[in-house]
Amino acid sequence: MRISLGIGLALTLGVAPLAAQNEDLGDPLSDGGAVETAFEETAEQEDGGGLTGSTTDESDWEDLGIAIPAFATDNDVSTPANANGTGALGREIARVITANLRNNGLFEPTGPDSLPSPDFPQITDPSWSSWTGRGAEMLVHGYVRARADNRLVVGCYLYDVILKDELIREGWVVRPADWRRAAHKCSDLIYARLTGEDPFFDSRIAYIAETGPKDNRVKRLAVMDSDGANHRFLTLGSATALTPRYSPDYSKIMYLSYVDGNPRIYVYDIGSGKQTLVTENRNPTLAPRWSPDGQSILYSMAVGGNTDIYRVSVNGGRSTRLTDTPGIDIGGSYSPDGRRIVFESDRSGSQQCYIMNADGSNQRRITFFGGRCATPEWSPRGDQIAFTRIAGDFNVAVMTPSGGNLRVLTNGWQDEAPTWAPNGRIVQFFRTTRNSGRSSLWQVDLTGRNERRLPTPVDASDPAWGPIRP
Amino acid sequence: MTFSARSTATIVLMTSALALGACSKKAPEELPPPPAATPAPTPPPVTTPAPTGPTVGTQAHFERAVGSSTTIFFDTDRFNIDSTDAAALQAQAQYFAQFSQLTFTIEGHADERGTREYNLALGERRANSTKNYLVSLGVSPDRINVLSYGKERPVALASNETAWAQNRRAASVIIN
Repeated sequence: MRISLGIGLALTLGVAPLAAQNEDLGDPLSDGGAVETAFEETAEQEDGGGLTGSTTDESDWEDLGIAIPAFATDNDVSTPANANGTGALGREIARVITANLRNNGLFEPTGPDSLPSPDFPQITDPSWSSWTGRGAEMLVHGYVRARADNRLVVGCYLYDVILKDELIREGWVVRPADWRRAAHKCSDLIYARLTGEDPFFDSRIAYIAETGPKDNRVKRLAVMDSDGANHRFLTLGSATALTPRYSPDYSKIMYLSYVDGNPRIYVYDIGSGKQTLVTENRNPTLAPRWSPDGQSILYSMAVGGNTDIYRVSVNGGRSTRLTDTPGIDIGGSYSPDGRRIVFESDRSGSQQCYIMNADGSNQRRITFFGGRCATPEWSPRGDQIAFTRIAGDFNVAVMTPSGGNLRVLTNGWQDEAPTWAPNGRIVQFFRTTRNSGRSSLWQVDLTGRNERRLPTPVDASDPAWGPIRP
Repeated sequence: MTFSARSTATIVLMTSALALGACSKKAPEELPPPPAATPAPTPPPVTTPAPTGPTVGTQAHFERAVGSSTTIFFDTDRFNIDSTDAAALQAQAQYFAQFSQLTFTIEGHADERGTREYNLALGERRANSTKNYLVSLGVSPDRINVLSYGKERPVALASNETAWAQNRRAASVIIN
């Protein structure tokens, strides 16, 4: 009876019709999908990953000098990827790789603009005498070749200069528009081979672009590559957009929009550029999250002022309510195996982090450090949970899934909403400036080092880092 | 008059508490289907507009009648109605009793010193708390929409305690 009244109220008070829900959407985003691997070979990998050869101490890899000269081309021809041809493109690719490593505090890279350029035959047969004595223990070579069908073949080789030996090679076939992905794949190949960590460069970030004064902010859904390139706005800004999350396969983005006047979660399909409500319900829905396999969605819904966490299949249908306390239960982040969920609740009187089984059973608090715990995000590696630590200021911190070994990684006035790199080694978050309310995206690595601001065209918040791309 | 309104309100509150408790464990999909939408009765045209000043059905008219009582304020992370809020909501309830054709939205807000998603839920809780109090004073729930903006729509722009206190609010806004 009461519930019927509530639903009738929403209808009679003029909630915008569903037909209007696409009115804030921009043009759909074309996406090249998976990158084709052209060849792949690991030379004598005697220790199964990580450093080999001239440097044996793993702690030394951050000081490892890497020379990254321009990628060569067998035939300098025009390509849609670069007006000056495949030769110029080869230099650009080496620049992107150099910037990737340098901006993330990885190794000591030297880029193509201060190095000689190898010829095409030298890519598989380096002129060793040119590379010794430059302070670089490692050497990256590569080539760009334009195929008749306009696609590009990009080869990437990593050599140990001291041992005069090849460590690994791989090649990819990409659309001209996806040439940067080849540079990211090569960066990932180098990074993974030298550190033993999983790759992270070939990934994308969804976030909220912000403009305008503090009391009238325009907030648009936007996406970009992990290095800030290929930036696109996906909504027009007529409706406030918040809290996006890429689906694990990058085919969809969930986010909150006020497009019908109320806060509701939409599932935006990147291929078609259309969106649907996460659940057909007149109550406000908040805090969208994907399960690791992309088959389930967590959302939070306020009913009569009380917010709880629900799960629904990505194909729709009946929702399952996972929490039922009188407090605000919100958010939620799956463990990588999909068996547990860390979430936020104020059932104790203040925001704290809790863990439950994926079916909602066995809910228990894990944070008791004296401050408040908000926006917990489970690391893709499973061993850490990042969260917003509220203790006076807002900082990004990490802890184990049992709440132990708390480490504070940042010290801004308001650092909020951490999101993990695909390999769980870096955390991004957004930082709000006191008084002005201006916001920006930042990242810091798991050791608390290499903190830096990410380049965005306008102010930015709510970053959500997607997984490694196929 | 006052007594009957209050006892009716108590019954409504108890009924709603019982009803909410009874269905609190059900998933939303199990709720009964919504009733067919009935068009709201067209309010009679205002035939005698005041020679000067705002007309009924505008926010300006509401503000002129109740003053600063259009908005109530909350302590950090709280959503309870204190005695100051109660006085303001009494004034609102009297206004909505006098102009019984009006519908309105209660916008719930939070200060910037909270995380975004939690603040959306907190604004929702504040707006509902305000709505429930007005219903207890005899305002029909059918006339009240609730909407949370979390920390997205501050009115005071500084980052200090004074500004935050002004932003932790529930504001009643006339629809028509």
